[in-house]
Amino acid sequence: MDNFNMNAPHSMGTTIIGVTYDGGVVLGADSRTSTGMYVANRASDKITQLTDNVYVCRSGSAAHSQIVSDYVRHFLHQHTIQSGQPATVKVAANLVRLLSYGNKNMLETGLIVGGWDKYEGGKIYAVPLGGTILEQPFAIGGSGSSYLYGFFDQAWKEGMTKDEAEKLVVKAVSLAIARDGASGGVVRTVIINSEGVTRNFYPGDSLPLWYDEMEACNSLLDVLPPGGTEAMSI
Amino acid sequence: MSKTAIEVAPKGGFSFDLCKRNEMILNKSGVKPPTYRKTGTTIVGLIFEDGVILGADTRATEGPIVADKNCEKIHYMAPNIYCCGAGTAADTEAVTDMVSSQLQLHRYATGRESRVVTALTLLKSHLFRYQGHVSAALVLGGVDITGPHLHTIYPHGSTDTLPYATMGSGSLAAMAMFESKYKEGLTRDEGIKLVCDAICAGIFNDLGSGSNVDVCVITKGKKEYLRNHMLPNPRTYVSAKGFAFTKGQTEVLSTKITPLMQKLEVAEDAMEE
Repeated sequence: MDNFNMNAPHSMGTTIIGVTYDGGVVLGADSRTSTGMYVANRASDKITQLTDNVYVCRSGSAAHSQIVSDYVRHFLHQHTIQSGQPATVKVAANLVRLLSYGNKNMLETGLIVGGWDKYEGGKIYAVPLGGTILEQPFAIGGSGSSYLYGFFDQAWKEGMTKDEAEKLVVKAVSLAIARDGASGGVVRTVIINSEGVTRNFYPGDSLPLWYDEMEACNSLLDVLPPGGTEAMSI
Repeated sequence: MSKTAIEVAPKGGFSFDLCKRNEMILNKSGVKPPTYRKTGTTIVGLIFEDGVILGADTRATEGPIVADKNCEKIHYMAPNIYCCGAGTAADTEAVTDMVSSQLQLHRYATGRESRVVTALTLLKSHLFRYQGHVSAALVLGGVDITGPHLHTIYPHGSTDTLPYATMGSGSLAAMAMFESKYKEGLTRDEGIKLVCDAICAGIFNDLGSGSNVDVCVITKGKKEYLRNHMLPNPRTYVSAKGFAFTKGQTEVLSTKITPLMQKLEVAEDAMEE
């Protein structure tokens, strides 16, 4: 019960993903927010809107990632009014980097910025802990990402279609949810391209079942063989 | 590069050096810090068909002592917004009072009804600024021009938006009730019943929570603050008739009267008009 500290800062042991495809980007995230061992929110939305055409996936401390994205949204709003046109993904990512790097001693958050603009099309920028900026064809982040590096090296292909890219994101997040205790709940995706933004939601019981996983059910008594099973030991 | 790799103190913001120092002193020596009145608490909120219902228990504790058996944990923010507080009682009281006065000034300046997001932003910026040292965990609820809203706010300044929420030491017991019984579009009476069940789960299963149930129902243009809506812990040892004793119940063993003042002789005709 030592880890069961409700006063621990609110953090998002997370799986977040951004993938570019032919014509746009797909962002994906799980929905678990935890304080220590307690799930404080099982349906949180970690894909936050920055402008009409730019979104950000948040990981790390919930308070820190919220404050950074709130500031960036505010600055981008001013920027769009002053320049009279939608902000580019690069500008958004650079503002995130500016705050992350400038306050690196105080912040504990990693973000993935993704969006579409008319100059460069779909773009993904990762801004990890130290406040560096990385333009990548795909980016993964959060505690669940450690389970996904190999998978992405194998499964990511240049020039995927929108549906292929979204399928890849949902599959990857569900794989991470299966193996990472700090990730869970539902899978949320955001697809951004020249046509606009589409948000999708995949409930936990609609996700594919991986090795050793069981079908969703109301009571374990209905599925376990009669007479009980052996207790798990370590 | 002309810059050297020296850690430069961040400009702006607060310094929390003394907080770190105090923490170190307390860990090293056996000095006991002063205790605060903490509201070991169950607070909840939910959205029902035409608004928001907030609920709270009424126990305040100082360590193992019940400091107040009937305190108020549902704080006023604006006529259409209320806020339940858990954590250090002084902090929840101070932060909600401060933000409610900022909201009042904002209403004077704009002539419009306060919005729940405004209260949310003011609260979270204050809590973030103090880096979790202001220990207030809040459930904020209200109905404004954009509809009903329910948020939770943590001491470090992070916020969540939810259809039903619980906070405080009794939050696990209360959340168990919500997770098993909440559904969309509850009626007013069903909502109050569920909130009471959730608070009672905290009162009976969490040592930090106890006594009575306070409820606040906020709908469009109307609010009902139901103070002590439920009294699940009445004092059982009180006589229904009250206590009355016949004269002479207690034997008088001795009597001694001590005059407090010297008797004064008042001259009748000493004064004249």
